[in-house]
Amino acid sequence: MSSIEERVKKIVAEQLGVKEEEVQTEASFVEDLGADSLDTVELVMALEEEFETEIPDEEAEKITTVKLAIDYISENLA
Amino acid sequence: MNGRRVVVTGLGMVSPLGLTVEDTWQNILAGKSGAATIEAFDVSAYSTQFSASVKNFDPSPYLAAKESRKMDVFVQYGMAAGIQAMEDAGLEITEANAARVGAAIGSGIGGIGQIEKNTEIVRTSGPRKISPFFVPGSIINMIAGNLSVKYNMQGPNLAIVTACTSGTHNIGLGARLIAQGDADAMLVGGAEMATTPVGLGGFAAARALSTRNDDPAAASRPWDKDRDGFVLGDGAGVMLLEDYESAKARGAKIYAELSGFGMSGDAFHMTLPPEDGRGAAAAMRNAIHDSKIPVDQIDYINAHGTSTHAGDKAESEAIKSVMGAAAEQVAVSSTKSMIGHLLGAAGAVEAIFSVLALRDQVAPPTINLDNPDEGCDLNYVPHNAQERIIRNVLSNSFGFGGTNGSLLFSRLD
Repeated sequence: MSSIEERVKKIVAEQLGVKEEEVQTEASFVEDLGADSLDTVELVMALEEEFETEIPDEEAEKITTVKLAIDYISENLA
Repeated sequence: MNGRRVVVTGLGMVSPLGLTVEDTWQNILAGKSGAATIEAFDVSAYSTQFSASVKNFDPSPYLAAKESRKMDVFVQYGMAAGIQAMEDAGLEITEANAARVGAAIGSGIGGIGQIEKNTEIVRTSGPRKISPFFVPGSIINMIAGNLSVKYNMQGPNLAIVTACTSGTHNIGLGARLIAQGDADAMLVGGAEMATTPVGLGGFAAARALSTRNDDPAAASRPWDKDRDGFVLGDGAGVMLLEDYESAKARGAKIYAELSGFGMSGDAFHMTLPPEDGRGAAAAMRNAIHDSKIPVDQIDYINAHGTSTHAGDKAESEAIKSVMGAAAEQVAVSSTKSMIGHLLGAAGAVEAIFSVLALRDQVAPPTINLDNPDEGCDLNYVPHNAQERIIRNVLSNSFGFGGTNGSLLFSRLD
C-alpha cells in the first residue's frame, strides 16, 4: 500500500498532466503546476474518489497545494 | 459572391474512411464503405446496429491527455480537423493579424456522449460528482473556442447550429464574414459524434436510419430502389477560408474559390422535404445567383443524398428544376454512400470532397446504386469515380427543420 503522500502525488500528476517528479510537496496547483480553477475542482473530486471521502466545498477551496492536500487527507482519514 | 473574393487554403478531416483528408479521399475515390457493426456499446436491442464511425482515432498528436480528457469526442474530432487545416494552410497568426482571423465551427447534436455520461452520474452518484468540465466539454461552440485559444484567433468566434446543414452554413456564413470585411481568414466547418446509445436510439426512433444490419456496407444506397434510410456517421471537416488578396500576398496554396453561397427554409415539415424539393432548389439557385456562374458550367454536384426515400427524390427533382437542360450533363453523387451521414459535419466533409473534385478533376462515386429508383435518372456516378472536366461544383445540405444550404466552389483562373 502506497503512502498518502504517494497516492496524492500520483493523482495530482494524472489530473494536471504533469510528471510525478514535478509534483513537489510544496507545489501550488495553480502557480506551479498550471492548473486553472476548474482543474482544481476536478482534482478534489479525484481525491474524494481515491480516498473514498467527501471534502466539503469550504474545505476544498483551501486545498491549494500538494502539501495542503496531503495534510487534509492525513488529518481527516487517519 | 458580393464583396471580396474568398478562397480555400487549408483542409482538415477525420472521417469513417480515414484520419486525414488524403487518406479519406483515396478511399472515397476507390469506392470503399466506412460502415460497420457498432462495437462501442451493446446494440442488441436496437433496430439499427451499425454506423459509419471513426476508427482508431488517437487525439494525442493534437491534444495533451489533460486537454482531450475534458472534451467530448466530437470536440476532439473538430480540434484534429482544425489543426490539420491550419497546418495545411500555413497561416501564421501574429499580433498584427490576430483580430482578423476567426472561427465558425458547428455541430448538429453536440456533446451527447457527455450528456449521457453525466446524466448517469447524477442518477447513480448525485450532482456533486458531475465533472466541472461537463459543460465546457460538451457545448457546441467549444471547437471554435478551443481553436481560438490555441491559435490566438481574436476575430469572430461562432458555431452555427442547423442540424444536418450546420457544416455548410458555417462555411458559407464564414465566407460572408470575409467577403464583407469582418475577418480576413476564417476556420470553418463542423464536427459530430452522435453514435451513442441515445443518439442512435433517437434517430432509429425517428425511423430515419437504414436497418440493413446484415450488410452495413450496402446500407447507404442513395437513389437506389432498395434504400431504406441513412447510416449514422461520425467525424469532422474543417477548412481555412481566406480573403483572396491576402492569401495571394502571402503566397498561400489555393485549392479553390468559394464563389457562391445560398440558403433557404422549406417552411413545410419538421423532418420531411416537399416532394418537389423547392426549398433545396431555392438554396441551389441562390448559390448560383450569388456566384453569377451559368448553370451549364457546373460540372459536379455533391448531393445531400442521404439514402432516405423522400429526400433523395426531392433533391433529384430540385436539381432538375435548377439545372434545366444542363441536368443531363452534370455529374451528381452522394459520398454519403461511403461515409454515411455525418449530420452537422456532413456539409463540411462534403465541401472538402467538392474542393478535391475540382483539384483532381474527378467526380467521386455513389456506391451501392444498383437499381436507380423511378424518376431518379441523373448521372449519379454509380459505383466508380468519373474523371471529367470540372470547372464548378455545388455542395448541398438539407436539415431537419427544413433548413437548406448550398455552396459553390470554382477553380481559380
